[in-house]
Amino acid sequence: MKLHEYQAKALLSKHGVPVPRSEVISSLSEVRQSAQNFNGKCVVKVQIHAGGRGKSGGVKLVDSVDMAEEVAGQLLSKNIVTHQTSPEGVPVNDLLIEEALNVSKELYLSILVDGGLGKVIVMASEAGGMEIEQVAEDTPDKILRVVVDPNVGLMSYQARDLATGLGIDKKLHSQFIKLLLNTYEAFIQTDCSLIEINPLAITSQGELLAIDAKASIDEDALFRQTDESLQYDSRQEPQIEKLARTSGLSYVKLDGDVGCLVNGAGLAMATMDVTMAAGATPANFLDVGGGADVDKVHKAVEILLSDPGVKKVFVNIFGGILRCDVVAEGIVAAAKASKTPVPPIVVRMLGTNAEEGRKILKEANIGVYLVNDFTEATKTIKSLS
Amino acid sequence: MSIFVGKETRLLVQGITGREGSYHTSRCIEYGTNVVAGVTPGKGGQLFADKVPVYDTVKHAVLDTKANTSLIFVPPAFAGEAIIEAVDSGIETVICITEGLPVSDSIKVCDYVKRSGAKLIGPNCPGIISPVDNVKAGIMPGHVYAPGRVGVVSRSGTLTYEAVGQLTPLGIGQSTCVGIGGDPVSGSDFVDVLNLFEKDDFTDAIVMIGEIGGTKEQEAAEFIKSEVSKPVISLIVGQTAPPGRRMGHAGAIITGTAALASSKVKSLEQAGAFIVPSPADIGSTTKQALEKN
Repeated sequence: MKLHEYQAKALLSKHGVPVPRSEVISSLSEVRQSAQNFNGKCVVKVQIHAGGRGKSGGVKLVDSVDMAEEVAGQLLSKNIVTHQTSPEGVPVNDLLIEEALNVSKELYLSILVDGGLGKVIVMASEAGGMEIEQVAEDTPDKILRVVVDPNVGLMSYQARDLATGLGIDKKLHSQFIKLLLNTYEAFIQTDCSLIEINPLAITSQGELLAIDAKASIDEDALFRQTDESLQYDSRQEPQIEKLARTSGLSYVKLDGDVGCLVNGAGLAMATMDVTMAAGATPANFLDVGGGADVDKVHKAVEILLSDPGVKKVFVNIFGGILRCDVVAEGIVAAAKASKTPVPPIVVRMLGTNAEEGRKILKEANIGVYLVNDFTEATKTIKSLS
Repeated sequence: MSIFVGKETRLLVQGITGREGSYHTSRCIEYGTNVVAGVTPGKGGQLFADKVPVYDTVKHAVLDTKANTSLIFVPPAFAGEAIIEAVDSGIETVICITEGLPVSDSIKVCDYVKRSGAKLIGPNCPGIISPVDNVKAGIMPGHVYAPGRVGVVSRSGTLTYEAVGQLTPLGIGQSTCVGIGGDPVSGSDFVDVLNLFEKDDFTDAIVMIGEIGGTKEQEAAEFIKSEVSKPVISLIVGQTAPPGRRMGHAGAIITGTAALASSKVKSLEQAGAFIVPSPADIGSTTKQALEKN
């Protein structure tokens, strides 16, 4: 679960990590007062759940209250498009107005889970302010890593090793070690899957500060995280994805015209791949899950059909725990309830109660094409275009 | 013979009286699995399906029934502890079906299990099935599988059924099928399972199904290159997945170039694996690989 920059910074600050002074505003009338706190010398930053905002004009340095107001007026309540968003972009509901600092050096610091090692790792680099992906590609030796033993946690000697490796001035070592250990505490206590501080700045006054911060919380641990300041901002999410999420469906919107409905994440990805290989493009990833009932399948079809881009539907079900007749009933119910014309539905059903499912679909007369395998499925999908 | 489970498997089910636990226990028994005990705290003393004794603790169940393998269906908030309870009670192989364990729990639990010398499959996995020995310790539909000499290992449940659904009609039976699970951190990885298949005299070839996210497939490729003599047939799904989005599985997210399907395919190709070009071709590619060897 992604957090906004201001939430990540509040989390860090709560755990004793220094961050610049700042204020979040959500209406234009608040800008002047916020900017005045910094004598107009501040940075105006859009709060969105997507990277690349700097390059897209979402981060602006201003030097007067008037300019702050002008910039805020251009950004607030508009949509911003970055290389990580859809072409429509994401809404800018909040701005962070932050003091501008004199930075003498920028570092990179992050804490994340390394699945291969099965451990939490800390990554640090002297190449701060750049995307770490790029650094990893261009100068991999500039990335330092330490692995955390889950039994003892991050050790201060490991932080000291990093401080040395990063070439940080000895006078600042204790500041760096404290900052890193506190960041680690924030990570562990709030069940984060990522905290990234980039850049971690060394100011001309010799202070270490988290100038930009990203944090994500492990969705599977939300049941034990009760901090209300860590709420998810669902306004950043397309309506259709929000509906899917609240219905307990795993759904990701894509750009194609073949709506896919599948059980199981792996098979859902496979179905998208097969669709693409056949020269068609998937409109979405959708996993109805193993324990779906008729209502959930109904909801899933409804969500598929609510995407105006969907011109045909590919249902691929390998019945295990999920019975094919249950899926068929859900499809029929949704097709019959649909207020808009239902596009052709190509259905492949195997496994538990597949015959019953196919019979239900055949008899419902809702324009279903029953196929037996992937090859036949893709041929049918292509013939429908 | 098979890996992880076999004729000597004496299965214990943790969470046997729950909705999923009871349903799947019955299916496992039907398939021929020797289910010797169940555990649900507070329900000790009952009998499941009129024959399987239910206990309050794993320790008691193991003492009474000599259970050596555990299948876990308890809710995510308690699953981590259930794994540790099993290991502390002397269970050698723990299979955790539960989806949704917090990653920080998985990290601690996997580390604990490794140090104990026990084996953990999962969490968030479909389990293990051996058609050769008629043992099913998992949630897969048993009728799809047929005994034979191909081992299957996968991060995904339904995609494994798909793979097997393509193999069986071609007359390619399976020795053991292992689902390692879709979480970023899991008890056993491809490398662990490949290692066991390589040593298993009853497995001639290995079908390995991976997906986007993490680097488990690259680690497998390294291992295949140096340690695996048997043919490996590999499919990687998620070629069309957009970066930065979680595709259902907690671990299936592209966060860097290594997590891309294409870089995984490249590593496996360089390691000498037979690459399945499209999910439709799992059966045919395996057939060709077997004919070549």
